[in-house]
Amino acid sequence: MSTYLPFARTEARTNYLNADYGWKSWLFTTDHKRIALLYLFSITAFFFVGGAFAVGMRVNLLTPEGIFAHDTYNKLFTMHGIIMVFFFLVPSIPATLGNFLVPLMIGARDLAFPRINLLSWYLYMIGGAIALTAIVKGGVDTGWTFYAPFSSTYSNTHVILTAIGVFVSGFSSILTGLNFIVTIHTMRAPGMTWGRLPLFVWGHYATSLIQVLGTPVIAITLVLLGLERVLHAGIFDPAVGGDPVLFQHLFWFYSHPAVYIMILPGMAVISEIIPCFSRKALFGYTFVAISSIAIAVLGFLVWGHHLFVAGQSMYASMVFSLLSFLVAIPSAIKVFNWTATMYKGSISYETPMLYAFGFIGLFTIGGLTGLFLATLAIDVHVTDTYFVIAHFHYIMVGGMVMAYLGGIHFWFPKISGRMYPEGWARFAALIVFVGFNLTFFPQFILGYQGMPRRYAHYPPEFQVLNVMSTAGASILAVGYLLPIIYLGWAWRKGPKAPQNPWNAKGLEWEQSPTPPPTYNFETQPVVTEPAYNYSGESEEVGIG
Amino acid sequence: MGDSEATLAVHEPGLKHHFDDSAQQFQSSTLGMWVFLVTELMFFGGMFGGYTVYRNMYPDAFASTSHFMNVPIGAINTGVLIFSSFTMVMAVRSAQLGQKKVLIAFLIFTLLLGCLFLTLKYVEYHEKWVDHHIPGPGFQYADTRYFHQAQILFFLYFAMTGMHAIHMIVGVGMLIVLISMAARNRFTQAWYTPVEMIGLYWHFVDIVWIFLFPLLYLIGHTK
Ligand code: HEM
Ligand SMILES: [Cu+2]
Repeated sequence: MSTYLPFARTEARTNYLNADYGWKSWLFTTDHKRIALLYLFSITAFFFVGGAFAVGMRVNLLTPEGIFAHDTYNKLFTMHGIIMVFFFLVPSIPATLGNFLVPLMIGARDLAFPRINLLSWYLYMIGGAIALTAIVKGGVDTGWTFYAPFSSTYSNTHVILTAIGVFVSGFSSILTGLNFIVTIHTMRAPGMTWGRLPLFVWGHYATSLIQVLGTPVIAITLVLLGLERVLHAGIFDPAVGGDPVLFQHLFWFYSHPAVYIMILPGMAVISEIIPCFSRKALFGYTFVAISSIAIAVLGFLVWGHHLFVAGQSMYASMVFSLLSFLVAIPSAIKVFNWTATMYKGSISYETPMLYAFGFIGLFTIGGLTGLFLATLAIDVHVTDTYFVIAHFHYIMVGGMVMAYLGGIHFWFPKISGRMYPEGWARFAALIVFVGFNLTFFPQFILGYQGMPRRYAHYPPEFQVLNVMSTAGASILAVGYLLPIIYLGWAWRKGPKAPQNPWNAKGLEWEQSPTPPPTYNFETQPVVTEPAYNYSGESEEVGIG
Repeated sequence: MGDSEATLAVHEPGLKHHFDDSAQQFQSSTLGMWVFLVTELMFFGGMFGGYTVYRNMYPDAFASTSHFMNVPIGAINTGVLIFSSFTMVMAVRSAQLGQKKVLIAFLIFTLLLGCLFLTLKYVEYHEKWVDHHIPGPGFQYADTRYFHQAQILFFLYFAMTGMHAIHMIVGVGMLIVLISMAARNRFTQAWYTPVEMIGLYWHFVDIVWIFLFPLLYLIGHTK
């Protein structure tokens, strides 16, 4: 503390945005807030690239015969999945909001390893550039799951290049997770005990555990895949004694936990928004905190539910099925606690809260249909159909992307120092909600009726629901474009934000200026109360 | 980075501006390194998993391939690495005591042992190349019953020892950096974190080999 850097208080306060200008001050920055913005702009770009492929697919599915050749369609859904999962959703909240807020929320001046943080962004960009190169050169058609032996032996598209791109960006994810874990352990301000950590930080801690433990496994899996594709030794090729199911095990050992990388940060955001706009402490803080860790741990034990029809032993499937049901418990704890927080709260309906409502409803649907899929007999019927597509889009898009947008709006004043136009923002949130449901709800029905995923053509009786879905997708697209426009406008022209526009609790609002200075705080923050102390009680509240 | 800023605020050597004190910084570096080693463990873990699956699937083919492993070289290399772990520990210890010359000597010693390991590894790989035991189009195997299975097992052998060798090469590179830092008087008794961290990494890479050697060379060898 004695080493605290003093800040000159001039009338035009310097903050992290105006502290320095020029491209070098951005591309060589080690300030976690600037790196967060670098990530924000790059992942937004990738989101629209991935979205463009989705538009292609939805247009193709307007008619039973489609417009694209089968090969082209295969590439569309593959590149959509790869970009959206590895280059948008995995880094989305952690690398932007997490990067920006974790140090602010725990009262630190930066992440523990600022240069590693910058390195992680460069790795992400290099990985992204490699994947985009593969796309420009003609793309890949293996599906985002890279299943062998198609990917290792038969596909004649750019599998290796894409795998290298995913491999490299995986290290950016590992480094972010490593940085968060260390920062949360060692850099908390005086008084910021584990029991007072905002749940946003708990959620990111759990996410980081998965990133650190899971991502190396997909890395080595992709290495083996690449080697096999070059050497054709047959390690994943059943024709010569290799085991393709081994590939699936290795892949899902990462990728099931990875789906929690893609939802825990969303839950983390919601846990901040709901207390603020209900003006109440979060109900059952301890349970919500522990449930994040429980999800991270259990998430590593259920990957086999992706192999129910892959020739996995029936007994293994039964165990995986049971464990998958267990994951629902910590997820449900969160949903119940959020709703209990709102009960008798004085709720207001600002945009972040609208997104939070959307999140709770859509995540619940996605989670419950996950239980359908974890049921062996039902899964045999709906696996590889649009039911699965609808399931995970309800969680990944209905849940995570909603939480991401909610978080971007909630912390927009903090990040930019300006207010966004509330009317437009509420309107866009509504459009997103309507568009989303129209896009994906029909897919539950399609899947249940037996429409398989990953086909360019379909029988004519499925057309009505597919047209509905495409119509919904165009509404959803408008909902995603609107925030780009009004947030871009507000960044330059919006009214100046006060330090704490929502009267929210938390160090980032209460003790750091808006926008924050380069080292976040003007005086060493000290924490004297539990998180979400909206009622102003000074007593520490126990469990419940 | 930020040396001028750091000296402005503090006087402790090597302390970065965003940490409160050296103790916090050291704690962070150590935890960071351990977390990194956990990721490494998972990275190799994927291959050990694949190894376990195939060993259980094809025990006979496995016994057959293990006859082509060069056990003497493997054993010597095991000794070389264990010894290099010792010299690394001594390097850390001399850094602790602030003995610059001894530190450099032990780092160079460790470096040489690392290079010796890699050289012997190269000899082994070359042998495999001559015997057409490299998986791929040129692969040949005397016992035709096991042609395909042996190829998979050699694939695993090369993937696992190759990944290990890459880690050794990275380690050797980092030792060179350490030596040059030590020569430029960058370490003091109060701050020698890089030596300690690279030390951890070096031990980890050694331990991986301690598992690779019996699993790939010894098991099934007597059958
Ligand atoms: C309550 C917890 C959950 C359960 C029980 C569950 C269950 C399942 C099951 C059994 C499948 C396999 C279906 C099949 O292929 O036949 C599946 C697929 C999937 N789930 Fe979940 N899930 C849950 C939560 C999530 C979450 C939180 C996400 C993402 C954020 C997610 C994303 C996915 C994805 C991406 C797939 C499909 C992967 C593919 O084959 O391409 N799930 N889920
Ligand atoms: Cu799963």
